[in-house]
Parts: sequence; structure tokens; C-alpha cells
Amino acid sequence: MNRVISLTDIRRVFSMGDQQFAALKGVSFDVAPGEFVAIMGASGSGKSTCMNVLGCLDRPTSGSYLLDGVDVGGMNANQLAEIRNRKLGFVFQGFNLLARTPAVENVELPLIYAGFQPKDRHVKALAAMEMVGLAGKENNHPSQLSGGQQQRVAIARALVNDPAVILADEPTGNLDSSTSAEIMTLFTALNRQGITIIMVTHEADVAAYAGRRITFRDGLIIGDTK
Amino acid sequence: MDFLQTLKIALRALRTNKMRSFLTMLGIIIGIAAVIAMMAVGSGARHVISQQIASIGSNIILVLPGSTTSGGLRTGSGGAQTLTSDDAKAIVNECPSVETAAPTTRSTALAVYGNMNWSTVVMGTTPELLAIREWGVAAGRSIEQQDVDGAAKVCLLGQTVAENLFGSDDPVGKIIRIKKVPFTVIGILDRKGQSPQGQDQDDSIFVPLRTAQRNLVRTQRPNMVGAIMVKAKSEDLLGKAEEEIKALLDQRHRITNSKDPDYSTRNLSEILAVAEQSSKAMSLLLGAVASISLIVGGIGIMNIMLVSVTERTREIGIRMAIGARRNDILLQFRAPHHDRRHYRYNPRRGRRYSCFQSALLADAHLGRVGIDRLLLLGSHRHFFRFLSRQKSSFPQPDRCTPLRVGRPHVQR
Ligand SMILES: Nc1ncnc2c1ncn2[C@@H]1O[C@H](COP(=O)(O)OP(=O)(O)O)[C@@H](O)[C@H]1O
Ligand SMILES: [Mg+2]
Repeated sequence: MNRVISLTDIRRVFSMGDQQFAALKGVSFDVAPGEFVAIMGASGSGKSTCMNVLGCLDRPTSGSYLLDGVDVGGMNANQLAEIRNRKLGFVFQGFNLLARTPAVENVELPLIYAGFQPKDRHVKALAAMEMVGLAGKENNHPSQLSGGQQQRVAIARALVNDPAVILADEPTGNLDSSTSAEIMTLFTALNRQGITIIMVTHEADVAAYAGRRITFRDGLIIGDTK
Repeated sequence: MDFLQTLKIALRALRTNKMRSFLTMLGIIIGIAAVIAMMAVGSGARHVISQQIASIGSNIILVLPGSTTSGGLRTGSGGAQTLTSDDAKAIVNECPSVETAAPTTRSTALAVYGNMNWSTVVMGTTPELLAIREWGVAAGRSIEQQDVDGAAKVCLLGQTVAENLFGSDDPVGKIIRIKKVPFTVIGILDRKGQSPQGQDQDDSIFVPLRTAQRNLVRTQRPNMVGAIMVKAKSEDLLGKAEEEIKALLDQRHRITNSKDPDYSTRNLSEILAVAEQSSKAMSLLLGAVASISLIVGGIGIMNIMLVSVTERTREIGIRMAIGARRNDILLQFRAPHHDRRHYRYNPRRGRRYSCFQSALLADAHLGRVGIDRLLLLGSHRHFFRFLSRQKSSFPQPDRCTPLRVGRPHVQR
């Protein structure tokens, strides 16, 4: 069976001084290519912790994680950085753009670390911005863009490296409902082009755009519906 | 990249954060200005005190008549007339620690010249007094011993008196009347300014002691004096001189244990020392206040620097989430320091790294590569310490809105 992501019995325990807190208590699920998954659950249920593991930003305490068939567990920091760069695209709730940098340079950022030449970088970045409907805004700084537009820049940045999966942690959390709808329409369109998307949200109407919903509670999956 | 380039980048970083640079500078400027100003005020106050000490003269002991009991009423200090010119002479002759002593009388009187008049203090004294107080004449001559011996009707005017009676005229040789007695002005004293008690010392007239005793002050006995000013041979001998004076006067005035002394002594230097002490405390206080303001300013600056570093921590977070490796980040923030020349300009850094990895010290001297390897060996903590030191010369300062890239452990 073809799997982009395969999590098996993932646990993540945070230790704060002498206290221990298990944010993930054994999470297992697979994601097939082209899926659009919404991860739902109450605040504090471990969604972001799970996303950080998926994004190779954090290592699980135990369990195995195969990304595109490769076991990520045994990799060193530089290899993980490369995985993040080549296989993953991130979209955050707070956009996380570099403020004094024009939109197009923000989009180019992953390509810099992937080692592209400046010219190729620019061409690819412009194409990605076109895809998210931001043609003509290349030279705007983030402060000169609306929230929805900033999130589009972030999505373009996530797309630009042709990643295997796009990971979005509450991408609409900072947006009003009509802008949220626009962003979700964009995600749906991207998904139709075959891009795998895993998105955290706690809004049911946002989750409704996804083809599959995984529900977390207290560090465990309590529901997985297609 | 050469040193000039580094400088340019640093300046650019300052320019992109104009307000922050300005406020940082302001913090330092105000803090230091406050310290300097406060110190100046303090040293100014001390200067004034030391000038006043000089204006009184040094190593001085004042002998004053004691109080008397007359009809059940005790008069204040100096109320009795118990000191005589002979006491003063005896002090000079018999106390080895005493250099000179000057008997004085003091009275207030109206001085008249032409149609001008001025009420002032008239001091009867001997030439020694002016010597003790280190008070010279600005014009004419001073009082001499023969003036005292002959009870000459001559006087010396303080600057204030001269101005009020004569205006811009030259008073020397003119005749003024004090308590209706005509006196020839023989000279004008130097300007002395205020005493530590705030009196205008220039508002006074000096006449020979015997002249004052005969014509100006009413005394029970002819050679009574108001006070005796004594100068000790040195500062160290002040205490000893005071003891000697007391012993002598006790003997001369037949003071026994059962009888209170009819005189008192006052050590002027002690009083002034107290004044100086308080001014020292004052300047210490001012300095402390200024230091606190400097510390507060410094904390402000630290805060600004911390913000800069925190900002960059976020930027690093974003970059790492996007796929930057640690080397990439290091390279970015270290870019201005790639040059070996710069490395040499900064011996402190060289030392720091050589401490923590001496095995690679040799490599460090090979230049870039070696330094890079050392840097990469640095722990996370070293890395951020390093970043904070590089603050002013980041190539592309980026300011990000507050954000959360994963969790704080992302960078690890
Ligand atoms: N770095 C950390 N250290 C300690 N506890 C953490 C850390 N990250 C998350 N947690 C805890 O794990 C739980 C899950 O957090 P999170 O995954 O952020 O929840 P959410 O589902 O709202 O995204 C929370 O109770 C949180 O307090
Ligand atoms: Mg969350």
C-alpha cells in the first residue's frame, strides 16, 4: 500500500522538571497520497504536538514515523532539515513571514536552502504566487498585505518546493470567516491537483472542506471518518 | 568581505531600526549625562565648602566668654565679659601648640561718610587676626601693631562697606565716623564672600583693638575682649592646643572642679569638617541616584538587545522550519565576520574559542574553515551568546510579528 505518512504508536512525553506530561499517548494513522486530512479536537488535545512530529520539528518519545517510505526516526538534524525542505511545506496560524522582506523573497526562502540559482528561484517563486492568486503582489512587504494575502504567501512558500505533504496548523485561526473560506477553497483546489494536505482546525465548517477528519482527545485519536 | 563592508552592514542595521538605535543612544546619553551632572553638582558643593574653610582660615580655635548667672538669669554663651587681652597674650606665650592668638571685640555701629551711612559690624582687633584669617588688603595698608599700641583712630573697610559708603570713590585716606568718632580709612580688605553660616564677611569694619575698647565698646574693665581667635601650629596639634588653652585659662580664671568654666572653646575646623562630611554624603547620594538612573538606562538597553535577539530567534525558527540547517543559519548571521582580518581585530573572540576547543586551535589560525568548525562545535548556548554579540551587524534585520514556530525546542 502506498503511504505518504505512516505513524505507528507515537508517544510524546514532555518533562517539566520532575513532572511528566504525555501530550500524545500512542497515535497511529496513515495518510495516502492526495488525501486532504483535517485533524480536529479540543484545545490541548495534542494536535499541534502531533503536527510538530509530522513536520520533523519535534521528535516523538517513542513510536515510528515513516515519511514517503523513509523512517525519519534515525535521522540527524541536518537530514531532518533537508526533509523539511524537500518533502514538507508548512503553513502556520500566524503566517510567519519575514517582515521586512518582499513577498516573493519570502516565497524564495525554501529554494535558497534547496540550493537553487537566483534566477530559477525567482521563476519558481513567481509561479507559486500565481498559483495562490497573488500575481502582481510580488514586491509587497507582508505589512502591505491583508491577512488572507499573507496566508496565501505562506501557502505559496509551502508549495514552492513541490513537497510531498503540506502541513497546516490552524491556517484559518487568524482569519475572518469569508477569508477562511477563500483559503479553504485554495486548499481544496491545490488538493485536486494532487497535493496531500494535513490541516489542524477546531472549526467544523473548515474541517468540512477536508475529505477525512481525524479527531483527537487527550493525546489519543477518538475518531477517523472519511 | 572586508572591515569596511562590515561597518556598512552594521550602519545599515542601525538605520533600519532608527527609533531603536535612537532610544538606545538616548538611554546611554541620559544615563551618563545624569552621572556627570550629579557628580559635578556634588563636587561643586564640596568646592564651595572648601572655599569657605579657606575664607575662615585653617587650624582655628575660637575662645568665647562663658555664660554668667546674674540675678538668677543665665545669659547665653559670650554674655559675660571674662576674657581679656592678657589672656590672649598668655595663650601665645604659654601654650606650645599655639602659633598666634588674636583678641577681638565686636560691636554693631553706624558708619557715616558725607551723606552716606551704613550700619555694620565693627571688629576691634590686632594685626594677628587678619593673619590668622589669611585676609589681605586690596588697597592701602593693614592694621599694624603701633596702631594698636597707640589706639590710633584708623580703620580697614570690608568690600561691602566700602561700596555702600563710597560707591566708586577711593576710600583710602578719607575720614569716616563710627559711633560719631572720626576714623581715617587706611585700607580696604580683599573680598572674602560668605561665611559657612551665610553671613557676608565683607560687611565689616576693622579697627585697632585698643581703639575699639576705648571708643566703641562699653566694657566693665578696660582690656576686656569679646573673643580670642587662636591658630594652632598645625592641624594635628588642634586638639592639643585646645587642651593647653583650657588648662591655662582654668588656671588663670581659677576654675576648679566645683566651678563651671567662664569661657568656652570652639574648634572651627571641626564644625567645617561636619559641613564637609554632610556635603560628601550629599554628593554620594547624588552619585547613587545618578548610578541608579544609569542602571535603569542600562536595563532598558539590555531589554532592547534582548528584543533584537528574540526577534532573530523567531526568524531562525521560521528559517529552520523551512529547511535551513544550522550551518546555513550560522553562515547567515556570521557573514560579516568571514574575514580573517576581522578575526584578528577581535582577540577576545579568538581567546574564547580557543578555550573551549584547544585541539582545533591550530585550525583556527588557518582562517575561515577553522573558525567555522570551532563555531559549529559550540553548544546551543554558545551559539546564542554568539548571536547576541553579533547583534549590531546582522546582514538583514528582519522584524517579525509575534509568532510561534512549533515549540521552543524547535531550534534544538
Ligand atoms: N513544549 C511543551 N512542554 C510542555 N508541555 C507541552 C509542550 N507542548 C505542548 N505541551 C502540552 O501538551 C498538550 C497538547 O498541546 P498542543 O498539542 O499544543 O494542543 P493543541 O491540540 O491545542 O494544539 C497541552 O496540554 C500542552 O500544555
Ligand atoms: Mg495547537
